[in-house]
Amino acid sequence: MGRKLLTEHINVEGIDTFEVYRKHGGYRSVEKALKTMTPDEVVEEVKKSGLRGRGGAGFPTGMKWSFLAKPEGVPRYLVCNADESEPGTFKDRQLMSKLPHLLVEGMITSSYALGANTSYIYIRGELLYVLRILEKAIAEAYAAGFLGKNILGSGYDLDLFVHPGGGAYICGEETALLESLEGKRGNPRNKPPFPAVQGLYARPTVVNNVESIAAVPVIVNDGGEEYAKIGVGRSTGTKLFSACGHLNKPGIYEIELGLPVEEFIYSDEYCGGIWKGRDLKAVVAGGSSVPILPKELILKTAAGEPRLMSYESLSDGGFVTGTMLGSGGFIAMDETTCIVRNTWSFSRFYHHESCGQCSPCREGTGWLEKVLHRLEHGHGHMEDIDLLVSVAKQIEGNTICPLGEAAAWPVAAAVRHFRDEFEWHVTHAKEAAKPGAVYQGKSVLV
Amino acid sequence: MAKITFDGIEVEVPDGTTILNAARQIGGSIVPPAMCYYTPLKGSGGKCRACLVRVAAGSTKDPRPMPKLVASCVTPVQDGMVVENTTSEQVLDVRKGIVEMLLINHPLDCPVCDQAGECDLQNFAFEHGVSTTRYQEERRTFEKIDIGPLIQLHMTRCILCYRCVYTADQIAKGDRVHGVLGRGDAAEIGTYIENIIDNDFSGNVIDVCPVGALTDKTFRFKQRVWFTKPVNAHRDCPKCAGNVTLWYKGQDVLRVTGRKDQYGEVKEWICNECRFDKKETADWTIEGPAHIDRSSVISANHYELPVLNQSVIADLPESTQRDLEKNPPLKLG
Ligand SMILES: Cc1cc2nc3c(=O)[nH]c(=O)nc-3n(C[C@H](O)[C@H](O)[C@H](O)COP(=O)(O)O)c2cc1C
Ligand code: SF4
Ligand code: SF4
Ligand code: SF4
Ligand code: FES
Repeated sequence: MGRKLLTEHINVEGIDTFEVYRKHGGYRSVEKALKTMTPDEVVEEVKKSGLRGRGGAGFPTGMKWSFLAKPEGVPRYLVCNADESEPGTFKDRQLMSKLPHLLVEGMITSSYALGANTSYIYIRGELLYVLRILEKAIAEAYAAGFLGKNILGSGYDLDLFVHPGGGAYICGEETALLESLEGKRGNPRNKPPFPAVQGLYARPTVVNNVESIAAVPVIVNDGGEEYAKIGVGRSTGTKLFSACGHLNKPGIYEIELGLPVEEFIYSDEYCGGIWKGRDLKAVVAGGSSVPILPKELILKTAAGEPRLMSYESLSDGGFVTGTMLGSGGFIAMDETTCIVRNTWSFSRFYHHESCGQCSPCREGTGWLEKVLHRLEHGHGHMEDIDLLVSVAKQIEGNTICPLGEAAAWPVAAAVRHFRDEFEWHVTHAKEAAKPGAVYQGKSVLV
Repeated sequence: MAKITFDGIEVEVPDGTTILNAARQIGGSIVPPAMCYYTPLKGSGGKCRACLVRVAAGSTKDPRPMPKLVASCVTPVQDGMVVENTTSEQVLDVRKGIVEMLLINHPLDCPVCDQAGECDLQNFAFEHGVSTTRYQEERRTFEKIDIGPLIQLHMTRCILCYRCVYTADQIAKGDRVHGVLGRGDAAEIGTYIENIIDNDFSGNVIDVCPVGALTDKTFRFKQRVWFTKPVNAHRDCPKCAGNVTLWYKGQDVLRVTGRKDQYGEVKEWICNECRFDKKETADWTIEGPAHIDRSSVISANHYELPVLNQSVIADLPESTQRDLEKNPPLKLG
């Protein structure tokens, strides 16, 4: 049984209220930090913990914090990214709706570390009910003296606001989020300047994922070194995975990083195996943006080592035989899944969500979708398969923000690992176009 | 000051200068093309990706190459930076891809487009693209919209460079009436017509538009631009500096525009009175013929033999040259 650092009390009755949360040790990190630590000491603990950003890129949080520019007399901001809209990823929603005070506590302790006196939680617009839960928690924290002026008599002031987005996936990209928070159209910014130097209202800003911030209280309470003992290598601590697809027990699991993928899928403690007694075909391990892997490569690396749920192990083999941990959206597909149809479906999403600012993504995402649509519906040609790879390559690396890559990678990976299935859609076009038709051949690796 | 090496040529520029502007100081065929950046417009650039270059060395302090190509129009130089544009196969290849992307949803009906002959996209595609397309799907189209009696918007030709948006915001103080609606390839220039036509400087959106998406209704289809003669002129104008280019056909002034530099940028905005109302020679003090630079076909006054900057041609990758030989540019018009 793995340790639960974030979700230990998630099922406690009334844990969403200040009182019960406090009884279970809540807000200790605020007391400890504000009363016994300097802001820099808090940053130091987070550095020691090895915590890596849980929003997708896996950038070390402590390092990000230490990059924050601190010009004299200029306010700084902490913004929590709660826009969670990636297909397959639904962990932050759970964390916020069940444990709102954990996020509020994390925001206070983190804001203190960064010297921010105003902080924001930017929440996905569709999650209005979660916004209400958070607002209630924030009101309770104000009432208890954990927010507002002179918190716990320490002289530290903090105001915390929740701001709902308008329902655009792109507003999860940190600079689009900042634009949106400023009341503008959510177009990602050109970088540099980076948010650490010019973020919200052109002031130094840190943007962190909900789960990253929720881990801070644990780190401050137990110490960074303790936290770093959990996990493997540079993948420290625990991570939430939202498991979905053809699993016996889909859901949200907090695991210690380093758990073998095989155990995660098949053991009864976690996903309990593939549903209906079927065979696993493929997995998208970190949300829809990361490369898909066939069963053979998700369970074992190309070198035959067991694949682990860690940043390093999941990306072992690069994009040739590996993938990424991403944001922890774990999508399992059984043998009845049509990879072409699934890729088309992802592609539709990115086409719909591109902000349209830069030409490769604006035009390329639509192009990919249309070609995939054609293949799936029996109107494809053999050349279309290489065309997909080529268009994906024309997008990748040439755009303002990583949405371009997020659109390109899944397509490139699907062709890489399931090319025969794409070809079958051309050679057996009529058959493939029938609803529910699935290629039964053997997929080639690499 | 920062010293950088651009395509093997050294240049020293003030700190904070963008790579593109450093290249423009060198000038000539090594200057990256720019479809969205517009010097006088704050916030412009970074969108079209036409100007992507390779940074082979970031700076003297950190000489590592940058992992991705960067948009030269928004990336500041660093001392000791080494940049590759025409000397990098990768850059030229990616640029070809950008042309392809910009064209997949473009109508390609230059023969009936008012911008033909002075179109940045036409020039860009001609210099950097390939002449065939792999796109088989239906192209996106929009209805034409009148922005008041003087300006027409045809989104079908728009490349979403956002220049008109910044112009409306910063020059015509349009109070965000000219923003973008929608997302992705469904995005369009939105406008509350009434609000923008009242502004004396709204006509400038025509000049900044790199393509035939925003056009002068008083000029539309009167004449192909390469049959008109540009002449610089000025007048005492109470609203603007009054420095313009008049476009003549015989004795008639067919249209009035701002004066563009060699990169197609207007440095002095002109007011709507100068642009739309002053179409008599008597309104103006004539300075002399306007020099039209670059590869524009206007300079040749002849559309069937497009004049290309020879040095640019020489720098094209072999594959593009071969493409050009195999498929000579269409004879339009
Ligand atoms: C298109 C796109 C969507 C994103 N959506 C989210 C999101 O919903 N939540 C999130 O935390 N990060 C998202 N990110 C990543 C953020 O840009 C940013 O890296 C992250 O919030 C940083 O937090 P972290 O360091 O704590 O991971 C997205 C990135 C892109 C390119
Ligand atoms: S990559 Fe796509 S989403 Fe990102 S800025 Fe460019 S067009 Fe917008
Ligand atoms: S906008 Fe330019 S490329 Fe497009 S049709 Fe007009 S002249 Fe041709
Ligand atoms: S209408 Fe013209 S200026 Fe405006 S965004 Fe489109 S192409 Fe650019
Ligand atoms: S000119 Fe640089 S991206 Fe458009």
